[in-house]
Amino acid sequence: MNFKISSFANRTEIFGFLVLAVLIVVILPLALDIFRLNLIGKYLTYAFVAIGLVLCWGAGGILSLGQGVFFGLGGYCMAMFLKLEASTPEATKIQSTPGIPDFMDWNQLTELPWFWEPFHSFPLTLVAILVVPTVFAYILGVAMFKRRVGGVYFAIITQAIAAILTILIIGQQGYTGGVNGITDLRTLMGWDIRTESAQYTLYFVNAFLLFVVLLVAQYVRKSKLGRLLVAMREKEDRVRFSGYSVANFKIFVFCLGAAFSAIGGAMFTLQVGFMSPSFVGIVPSIEMVIFTAVGGRLSILGAVWGALIINQAKTLLSEAFPELWLLAMGGLFIAVVMAFPNGLAGLYTTYVEPRLPKFLSGNGGKDADDDSDADVPLASKQAAE
Amino acid sequence: MFDGYTFSELTSILAMQGFAGLILFSVFVLMALGLAIIFGQMGVINMAHGEFMILGAYVTYICSNVFSTYLPSLFGIYFFVAMILAFIASGALGAAVEWTMIRHLYKRPLDTLLATWGLSLILQQVYRSVFGAREVGVTLPDYLLGSFQLTDMVEVPINGVFVMCLTILITAGVAYLMFKSAWGRQVRAVVQNRAMAGAVGINTAKVDRGTYALGCGIAGVAGSAFTMVGSTGPTSGQLYIVDTFLVVVFGGAQSLLGTIASAFAISQSQSTLEFFLSGSMAKILTLLTVVGILMLRPQGLFSLKIRR
Repeated sequence: MNFKISSFANRTEIFGFLVLAVLIVVILPLALDIFRLNLIGKYLTYAFVAIGLVLCWGAGGILSLGQGVFFGLGGYCMAMFLKLEASTPEATKIQSTPGIPDFMDWNQLTELPWFWEPFHSFPLTLVAILVVPTVFAYILGVAMFKRRVGGVYFAIITQAIAAILTILIIGQQGYTGGVNGITDLRTLMGWDIRTESAQYTLYFVNAFLLFVVLLVAQYVRKSKLGRLLVAMREKEDRVRFSGYSVANFKIFVFCLGAAFSAIGGAMFTLQVGFMSPSFVGIVPSIEMVIFTAVGGRLSILGAVWGALIINQAKTLLSEAFPELWLLAMGGLFIAVVMAFPNGLAGLYTTYVEPRLPKFLSGNGGKDADDDSDADVPLASKQAAE
Repeated sequence: MFDGYTFSELTSILAMQGFAGLILFSVFVLMALGLAIIFGQMGVINMAHGEFMILGAYVTYICSNVFSTYLPSLFGIYFFVAMILAFIASGALGAAVEWTMIRHLYKRPLDTLLATWGLSLILQQVYRSVFGAREVGVTLPDYLLGSFQLTDMVEVPINGVFVMCLTILITAGVAYLMFKSAWGRQVRAVVQNRAMAGAVGINTAKVDRGTYALGCGIAGVAGSAFTMVGSTGPTSGQLYIVDTFLVVVFGGAQSLLGTIASAFAISQSQSTLEFFLSGSMAKILTLLTVVGILMLRPQGLFSLKIRR
């Protein structure tokens, strides 16, 4: 296979990957205690969603306000497995029906619902984590993109779906754990996930998966498909007239984003130890769009930085000044949209990168210029003018 | 789900729930009218619409307190004063927001969504700081309490009828303004072709600001009506924003008639189903049906045929 690294990422991008890798894998684990590191791990699970959004929204121009749905589905699949493992007949013998999760017993269920059955098996769970959200995204994508529903309407419908799923989870308490979600998760295949060593391991597994997802996303962006996505965002009709099936590309990238989010959701459940509808609905879904927007909607690395920085700021601010948090977040959001639509990554490429030493600035200036120009959406270029 | 009810009982239940749904319908229509103007006509996705509504609700709450403390003799008419003030307050805030934020974003509709979401976060926090996190309610004047007894099973709440009449008046006013007045013609001209409207001498910036302010002002009036059915808290508006967007999209974004029809369909099906199912399942069924229909018919129930 004729594969060259330079066709995959230019030097600046490799430099960016390395900086992020060193930060996540070396600096943060050394500098922080396990409590803080676990929090960072939690933030990084949002980065999975943000990377998916960069592909869907930044590259493809499809803004989904329902990514929390996929994050939640992935997280719930993992939580269902862990919950079943925690509800052995011995551990739950004080219940009127031993062997089913405690919240089912409280809601007078006497047997396990059928859709919980596959989650006794770990391989099936892993498959479900990826397949359930992807298939759901596929159905939604086919239903909407084939009918050329796009843009604003797509955003509103995905948002409505996030609302529906939240209401469904909260309403069907006996099957889903209701508003509290699925809590009290202890072990994964007999391995206690609440110990410090397990949390370290999970952090590194999470970091590893994050880089796998980053590489896949980078591959998609650099492939012909990535180019087509950008072309569709700018002039959808021309791509369609050129004979490409626009809907299929959109469905693919939407499914990919959903799968990324689901991995994030599953890792979230493992690291945090519970899953609840408060990570599914409209507010978390839009917050994930915020991470992407602040980090830079065109940059997958920016999305990771956005998720890290915003969440860290949220934790610090809401510990110190709980009142200020919403004001700061709202203000930041308006500022990002109004003043620098390409987010932190945009600021980086405009102000920091030109001052970096020559050897970092990639395959000569010309190529890099072409690249950045092609990536900036028309609308924001017009706004800048 | 209809087992165990006789036919006359069923009709009574439907009538009762239908009238109960009227208030929900009115709030939906008023919210959606504002949004239909802002989103359907201008293409701005106003995620802060719920917060504009809640501003109106808080203004009504303040009025109710001021009148009962200082002007108890005039308490009967406070609601009308409150509505006018709510319209002015929300409209003024809307105009200010348009001037500072929205006018820079007309070419980027998806970004208006993000920016107004930021605005809604700020407004929520401001409400929480000013009015406290606890939900507040208003006192209604005596003549709005109670209900008419139509038959021995069917009762109609008076405040529901009142809000309903109000909604019809406002809707008629908006329809007149949009489709019969000179200003409405300008709005529609700007919406259809901004450059050309500017070329024939319409001050598009001014029309935009007026349109946005009008939409927000109507949301404020919706907030006034909302105080009759629910208590007002900093985040109450957020609960309605998805429903409202669905109402507007379902009706066909450009059509005011469609907005009213879809508000009626959604609120009535929700309130009727609520009697037979749990509240959450009623909502899920309604929303799912709407989303399903939208997937089959993305342009909504009523769509204008415009050549683009």
